[in-house]
Amino acid sequence: MHASLPDANTLIAQLAAAIAPNLTPETVIVGIHTGGVWVAERLHALLKCATPLGTLDISFYRDDFSRIGLHPQVKPSTLPVDLEGRDILLVDDVLHSGRTVRAAMNELFDYGRPATIRLAVLVDRGDHELPIRPDFAGLTLTVPNHQNINLSRLDDGHLTLSLA
Amino acid sequence: MNPQLNQDGGLRHLLTLDGLPRAILTQILDTAESFMDVGEREVKKVPLLRGKSIFNLFFEPSTRTRTTFEIAAKRLSADVVNLNISTSSQTKGEAILDTVDNLAAMHADMFIVRHSQSGAAHFIARNVAPHISVINAGDGRHAHPTQGLLDMFTIRRFKGDFHNLTVAIVGDVLHSRVARSQIHALTTLGVPEVRVIAPKTLLPTGVEQMGVKVYHDMTAGLAGCDVVIMLRLQNERMKGALLPSAQEYFKFFGLTPEKLAYAKPDAIVMHPGPMNRGVEIDSEVADGPQSVILPRVTYGIAVRMAVMALLAGGPSA
Amino acid sequence: MKIHIKNGRVIDPMNARDEVTDIYVVAGKIIGIGQPPTDFHANRTLDASGLVVCPGLIDLSVRLREPGFEYRATLESEMLAAAAGGITSLACPPDTDPPLDEPGLVEMLKFRAKHLPGPRVYPIGALTQKLEGKMLTEMAELTEAGCRAFTQADAPLTDTQVLLRAMQYAATFDFSLWLRPQDVSLTRDGIAHDGPVASRLGLAGIPALAETVALATILLLARETGARIHLARLSTREGIAMVRAAKAQGLSVTCDVASTHVHLSENDLINFDSHLHLVPPLRSLRDRDAIREALRDGSIDALCSDHTPVDEDVKQVPFGESAPGASGVELLLPLTLKWAREMGVSLMQAIDLISWKPAQILGIPGGNLSVGSCADICIFDETVEWVVTSRTLASQGDNTPFLNHPMQGRVRYTLIDGHIDFESSH
Repeated sequence: MHASLPDANTLIAQLAAAIAPNLTPETVIVGIHTGGVWVAERLHALLKCATPLGTLDISFYRDDFSRIGLHPQVKPSTLPVDLEGRDILLVDDVLHSGRTVRAAMNELFDYGRPATIRLAVLVDRGDHELPIRPDFAGLTLTVPNHQNINLSRLDDGHLTLSLA
Repeated sequence: MNPQLNQDGGLRHLLTLDGLPRAILTQILDTAESFMDVGEREVKKVPLLRGKSIFNLFFEPSTRTRTTFEIAAKRLSADVVNLNISTSSQTKGEAILDTVDNLAAMHADMFIVRHSQSGAAHFIARNVAPHISVINAGDGRHAHPTQGLLDMFTIRRFKGDFHNLTVAIVGDVLHSRVARSQIHALTTLGVPEVRVIAPKTLLPTGVEQMGVKVYHDMTAGLAGCDVVIMLRLQNERMKGALLPSAQEYFKFFGLTPEKLAYAKPDAIVMHPGPMNRGVEIDSEVADGPQSVILPRVTYGIAVRMAVMALLAGGPSA
Repeated sequence: MKIHIKNGRVIDPMNARDEVTDIYVVAGKIIGIGQPPTDFHANRTLDASGLVVCPGLIDLSVRLREPGFEYRATLESEMLAAAAGGITSLACPPDTDPPLDEPGLVEMLKFRAKHLPGPRVYPIGALTQKLEGKMLTEMAELTEAGCRAFTQADAPLTDTQVLLRAMQYAATFDFSLWLRPQDVSLTRDGIAHDGPVASRLGLAGIPALAETVALATILLLARETGARIHLARLSTREGIAMVRAAKAQGLSVTCDVASTHVHLSENDLINFDSHLHLVPPLRSLRDRDAIREALRDGSIDALCSDHTPVDEDVKQVPFGESAPGASGVELLLPLTLKWAREMGVSLMQAIDLISWKPAQILGIPGGNLSVGSCADICIFDETVEWVVTSRTLASQGDNTPFLNHPMQGRVRYTLIDGHIDFESSH
């Protein structure tokens, strides 16, 4: 099954190409921890984005907090610029239920009021539970519910998609 | 059995730092770090504890501590109810349990307890329903764990790491719950040398068994220290058999620039507040460049948010 | 009533008897051991096979809570509990409300107790009026009313001159004074042994010095006055050593410890359980071990329960606000047996500490199974295991640090004056 997934770096390059025409000087790229930040870092470099990269840890906004508790390693969210009136490009690795994206948007609005938010994901695996769709997707596919798509990063920074 | 931990070793109550594993202390400090920027944002709130009810149960008045907990709880979107229960109307013991039971019936999720008796938070924790967590906001001389954690957070922010530090705690350790919590936290987090400096009348019997070195002389005790923690000396201790006078105490144990010079040049000075200037600390030190007393209000909120978030989340024990 | 106690292991320390045999009881007296007396026809035969038959236990400190504290426990409930614990005689301290400082109060208590089933009650009179430590009570009158000795119980006696006068006066009549050594100013607000555990828990300490300083005073005054002194509830290693030395010098002193202190120490306080709030405080492990050893070598003369039933309301509070004391009449025997098992001490020696020796201290008949003596007898199963719960305790006070602990050894029958005042089928 592993082999059936395309190379992550190729997908990111395709994603960047799709995003490039839509980039404005007001665009801020924001990655969602952990996989979304890896993808966002690549996109940020490929698109030669002028504004610094933002990162979000949505642990404090998860709707399953009272069921599973706080993630043991919460990382700080860093949004290097004022979000007021900005165009946000929100980046995650895999879009599934849409709950992570919802939490991320809630958190973004606690920092300010952006002009627009667009969503870019490496993989849209369907089975959405919320009315959330990506504006840019590197890959769209359907995966049985019991399987997970994971993005992992090797020590050398190489990104790999796998199905388990 | 540690009554603070659930079956999986997670935090169920925060009653004391004594006996808590290092991993939990570190997790609280790391989480607090993440909460630091919440206070900088336009909306200073996260929705984590939305719908949860937190009761501040203060059997002993303390506006400062109560307010910090209240702000922390509100930043986590919890509903906060403050109850100041004067100890005078609280002489009969069953009243405590009645209060606790009544509040539990009002769907409380968390009690923040301050009480003049050591062990009061343990007592309440023993008597609450399984879904309720208890945070000790100071019990008698026993413990003040969130203050201890705040001090650790401060030390880590200024010194980075605990593993090469020499820390001195100066003053009335005997009556100080803050000092006890600091000592447990420092030793658990791996500080190789924790010292206490005080006259013998202000040190508890067998304090060495908590893992500290005892000094009765500021010059020797402060030598080479990275962190100097000054304890507040209560007014009622200054006269009588514990100490002859505030003046004599200041002369021998008060922190002056001259005495501070024995510590490392980059040593930081901490004080849990409120300070008695001219009794335990000279104003020149309190307001000087080595003092890290002021930034700690924001730290205090972040640390308490972290503790509440860790306790409130996840399945109850 | 004629009772035949059949086939039990009879242990009688005073007569150095330890054998399986039969005891015959008629009209409140033991009339035969071994061979049945002629024309003996039992109304009741108790099969004591596999059980131990020993003198009824004698407890040197049982608070019956009357008069004044009936809401905590009543004479009825506590006498019954004592009988369930195998106790056939008990000394009752005067810290009632009002204190036992007048003959009328003592007579009333004796009268009430006499008409209830359960052990013989021996009041200990107040040493000073209202236990205030200022004016002596009418000790001679109180003795005539039935007091066996005089004590301040746990009430302070700060004035050393009053203590000196009390000893001189008591020595005049050869009355015995029971004193718990505790220096009041060294105790102050203390609620736990002043040591590393109390320091850690932030509980105000009572130093071991509070016992030894007071003990030094008592021993010096006793030597001077020749008063008969019984030292109650010793708790420290140093205190025990001082008493041992005083005895070696020929001083007329005896001493006891509470059965709780044989097993528990400051280390047990770690979760602030107010059931461990005791007077004197639970001391260090070193002290506890010294107590265990001193019981073995005879330096400590007796074990008592220091039975102090309180209602749960005064224990269901933070440690420092709780009322001190533990309920203990039903645990005296199993805790003594536990000590004996752990120390490898014979049953004979263990039973001696809770029967014959305390009988001597109290100065009463009993504590032995001689032919012709009163039929105060305890029959127990030394192997049966049970768990301490509010259901298994007859006392109105469930306040024991041993709640939910397993125990080994339990009373099957208690005979007092030839009557079966307690029997159980377990």
